[in-house]
Amino acid sequence: MALLEIQNVTRRFGGFTAVDQVNLSIDAGEFFTLLGPSGCGKTTLLRMIAGFDLPDGGSIRLEGADLADLPPERRPVRTVFQSYALFPHMNVEKNIAFPLRMAKTESGEIARKVEAALEDVRLTGFGKRFPHELSGGQKQRVAIGRALVTHPRVLLLDEPLAALDAKLREEMQIELINLQKEVGITFVYVTHDQTEALALSHRIAVMNAGRVEQVDTPSRIYSFPQSRFVADFIGTCNLLDGPVTACADGTVSVDVGGLGAVLVREHGANAGSSGSIALRPEKIRIAAPAAEIASANRFRGHVTDLLYLGDVTVYKVSTTGGAKLEALMANSSAGTTRFFEVGDDVSLSWPADAGHFIGA
Amino acid sequence: MTARSTKLGKWLVSGPPLAYLVVFFAIPTLIMVLASFRTPGDFGGLAPLVEDGRLDLNLESYARFFTDAVYAQIFLKSVGYALVTTLCCLALAYPLAALVAGSAKRHRDFLLLLVILPFWSNFLIRIYAWMIILGPNAALARTVNGALRWFGHEPVPLLFSSFAVLVCLVYVHLPFMVLPLYANLEKHDRALLDAAQDLGANAWQRFWRITFPLSLPGVYAGAALVFIPALGIFAIPDILGGPGDSLIGNVIKQQFLETRDWPFGSVLSIVLTVAALLLAGLAAWIGRRNLGAEPVRA
Repeated sequence: MALLEIQNVTRRFGGFTAVDQVNLSIDAGEFFTLLGPSGCGKTTLLRMIAGFDLPDGGSIRLEGADLADLPPERRPVRTVFQSYALFPHMNVEKNIAFPLRMAKTESGEIARKVEAALEDVRLTGFGKRFPHELSGGQKQRVAIGRALVTHPRVLLLDEPLAALDAKLREEMQIELINLQKEVGITFVYVTHDQTEALALSHRIAVMNAGRVEQVDTPSRIYSFPQSRFVADFIGTCNLLDGPVTACADGTVSVDVGGLGAVLVREHGANAGSSGSIALRPEKIRIAAPAAEIASANRFRGHVTDLLYLGDVTVYKVSTTGGAKLEALMANSSAGTTRFFEVGDDVSLSWPADAGHFIGA
Repeated sequence: MTARSTKLGKWLVSGPPLAYLVVFFAIPTLIMVLASFRTPGDFGGLAPLVEDGRLDLNLESYARFFTDAVYAQIFLKSVGYALVTTLCCLALAYPLAALVAGSAKRHRDFLLLLVILPFWSNFLIRIYAWMIILGPNAALARTVNGALRWFGHEPVPLLFSSFAVLVCLVYVHLPFMVLPLYANLEKHDRALLDAAQDLGANAWQRFWRITFPLSLPGVYAGAALVFIPALGIFAIPDILGGPGDSLIGNVIKQQFLETRDWPFGSVLSIVLTVAALLLAGLAAWIGRRNLGAEPVRA
């Protein structure tokens, strides 16, 4: 049985349905992420798990027991808030000791557990500091230490890294992964940042407009999106829409406007149906038009824009039929800065298994 | 702008209020300090400063204050009244300030207006109004005494009593406690209470461990704004108090206007000022200690 079961949970605010019939089951020890754009209902869902908000329908069960009647202070669940919410009038030690004191822990044990928590979040020696004397990353670690010190069943994290700068965020991501492994507590993580979700999670639930679009591992979410929304929201994606004209041997042909027939590996689709092909820019090979390439899909076009990003270059290509595609090329060859300039004629090609077919 | 003209600008801005304070506060205070060492005149006021070619300065008025226990008693009683007033104001103002701070933004200005509304009528008129409210024929006294009679007690007068003085002291000073408390509570971060609740604190614990400690700067500010004026007040005991309710303010007024012993009145005023400063300093010191010597911007 899953540790946390969310069954048919719905939450409405007036006429607006923030969370719509959501079903999720989260296992013990899992790093689970709720990913979606702002307003998709992920934070509302998190607040309902914490107990700050109650569902209008459905149930939230922890180890089989319904949480509906438990107020937040009595749920074995802790939250790390986006603003850290450290108590400004207490030093680090007292902040971390707070949940232990609320639980009427004996003072010798409080001291021992606070020390252990400080060690867990690598803040040994910072116990006497006040929150205003800490950097953003240190505050974040205090907030996590404070939430973990009582060993809750589930730790909820609400965009905890949003306020940190990019470099620190990456460090904290690695720390979070290690910490979660060490303590073995289930993390439910809310973010709108898809790279963060891909980097951290065991599983991701992609949410849109109150509904869960897909629950899967990061690599499957990225490679096999089940909906146009997921394909578009996670990373960059060329979405090629059109009717299926033929299917044979597990390969279908989609008639895409501006390109013509595009082949993609797919078993489930029937001729006459329609759908989209999700094609990641890095799966497209960009080459000089004269190059000899044997590939299922090959189109000609010219470069309309390019973005040189250092490690990679992003090319926007307009095909002869007028379709616009984005291709990515790693700048891995020695001494080369980039291969093509704006206006250059190029050929784009990809094998049938590079794209992923999404039925409409 | 040059450094010189910046400096000139500063003086132009801060000069007039500074001059005002020097003329109407510093100089009168010095005159009062000087008067406290002089001899009272035969017909009131002050005896000449220079008599028979020598300066007539002495400590007699101070000696009188410190040897006659009556004045120390009145002084302590005044401190007691001011303290009770402060505590009652705190107990009444805290929930009120929390209510205003917790209400929707569009209602707050209106609620604050209600808090300061009493200032629109004259201070003395408001005190006289209490004479009517507490008077023997008013509904309040009749109800109270009716109830007392029912329980077999003698009726009690509400007016001209320490009860009347305290009720009016609390009434007059309440807004001075509400406003700083509101200013503090209004800035509290709602997320801190959510965090405390998430970490296992019930409503009571959330108040005592989070809200109240963070509101202490507001509590101290309000306490100072209530305690210091309440300590020196004379109009309320004059109008609403009984014979035993004379406070230090009444004695000072008496010394200047009735007994016309200016040196002794000055001594009492100085003792009052020093005591108020000491108590305010003590409160500030306790405040800093409680907050761990760190600037709390709650």
